[in-house]
Amino acid sequence: MTDANGKPILRVEELRKSFGDAQVLKGVTFEVAPREVIVIVGPSGTGKSTMLQCINLLIRPNGGHIWLEGQDITAPRTNVDHVRQRMGMVFQEFNLFNHLTALGNVSLGLTKVLGLHADQARKKAMWELERVGMAEHASKYPAQLSGGQKQRVGIARALGMDPHLMLFDEPTSALDPELTGEVLSVMRKLAQEGMTMLVVSHEMSFAREVADRMIFMEHGVIIEEGPPDQLFDCPRQERTHQFLGTISLHG
Amino acid sequence: MADIAAYLQRVVPSLLSGTWVTLQYTLLALLLGFILGLAAALARVYGGAWLGRGAGIYIAAFRGTPLLIQLFVIYYGLPDVGLTLPRFHAALLTLALNSGAYQAEYFRGGIQAIGAGQMLAARAIGMSRTKAVRYVILPQALRVALPSWSNEMVSMIKYTAVIFLVAIPDLMGQAKILASVYFDPIQVYLTVGLFYLVLVGAATWLLRAVTRHFEIPGLALGRGS
Repeated sequence: MTDANGKPILRVEELRKSFGDAQVLKGVTFEVAPREVIVIVGPSGTGKSTMLQCINLLIRPNGGHIWLEGQDITAPRTNVDHVRQRMGMVFQEFNLFNHLTALGNVSLGLTKVLGLHADQARKKAMWELERVGMAEHASKYPAQLSGGQKQRVGIARALGMDPHLMLFDEPTSALDPELTGEVLSVMRKLAQEGMTMLVVSHEMSFAREVADRMIFMEHGVIIEEGPPDQLFDCPRQERTHQFLGTISLHG
Repeated sequence: MADIAAYLQRVVPSLLSGTWVTLQYTLLALLLGFILGLAAALARVYGGAWLGRGAGIYIAAFRGTPLLIQLFVIYYGLPDVGLTLPRFHAALLTLALNSGAYQAEYFRGGIQAIGAGQMLAARAIGMSRTKAVRYVILPQALRVALPSWSNEMVSMIKYTAVIFLVAIPDLMGQAKILASVYFDPIQVYLTVGLFYLVLVGAATWLLRAVTRHFEIPGLALGRGS
């Protein structure tokens, strides 16, 4: 689970988060190696999305540590904006900027965060849109795009910042079934290009095909982790077997 | 017919000069009110407890009392505490503070109509909160607020009419003078009403064009996901 230097790109240690009395994350520990694709599965409401948002500090964890490329980003006085630039985030609800075209969505961060000139930003944004097959829709506004197209623009927007790690928070859960394919194929391509990816998803066939490793989470803890074949075919925990059995029947 | 022509010849020059004064007060009050209102709205939504409370008190005070009382307090009352303003400044300040309070509520409504996901997405690409507000939240919130803002412009044209009470020669002030000179108040006030109607009509037309210019598919009146 480590690269040639033995260094994980991300290390999450004893991560805890509570909202009031509700303990959502009860001490989660795992590592992500560079170029690794990890799919996190588990029943709804077990803290998967909360964990992703903790990892890029959109939600402040109550305890534990997160190391990104060796830096403890949970340390006080961490520059959260710099941390987030290294992690791309793709949301379930897309969250495209509604007042900007597809191109504007991708280039906004390039000009306002990275400080690129308008024409440079435009060129790079176009290239990112091409990567996700959305170049021909560059001048359309979010309201003029289908869900799958929106999500592909969302991916391009994240890629534009040249992240070292991509976080996907149920990227296809808000999509009609016939639209999930286009998003998953973009994600598949990214994985092939060697992008490090942490994906919360219910897409079991995608997990089985693309994931290097799967993590099964429930009630704020990791129940089991390992290669997809292990979790699907010979899980060590009875609960994993139950859950993946149910999901596979439906999926 | 000749009577009407003669009448118009007498009153129109004064009314045109009054219109110009009304227009100046309206536009300056709206502009200053925009700055005040935006600041107050941002303070309420993002400013934390103290700033938010301060803005809240300002907004409540100026939306909750008659404009006329505000004008008298600022013009006749402030000198008591050592702050004497020329009547032009007192009138403008009153209108600006009043408009700012209303505009603050329109802007706050616009900001709060923008989903939390927009801020989340902006922060996720490494934007600071200030930049997220400036480049993501406000461009949408102001569009959402534009219809109510249009009403504010129309209202302000008419509200300026109170400033004749501190002897400012606006459209209403000119009307008052003409009415007393020619002893024909009804005819004069009807004519002045017509002038206001034309001003309001022009403003409505202008704002419709502005709204069209800034229109974005799916973002009309706070809809869109």
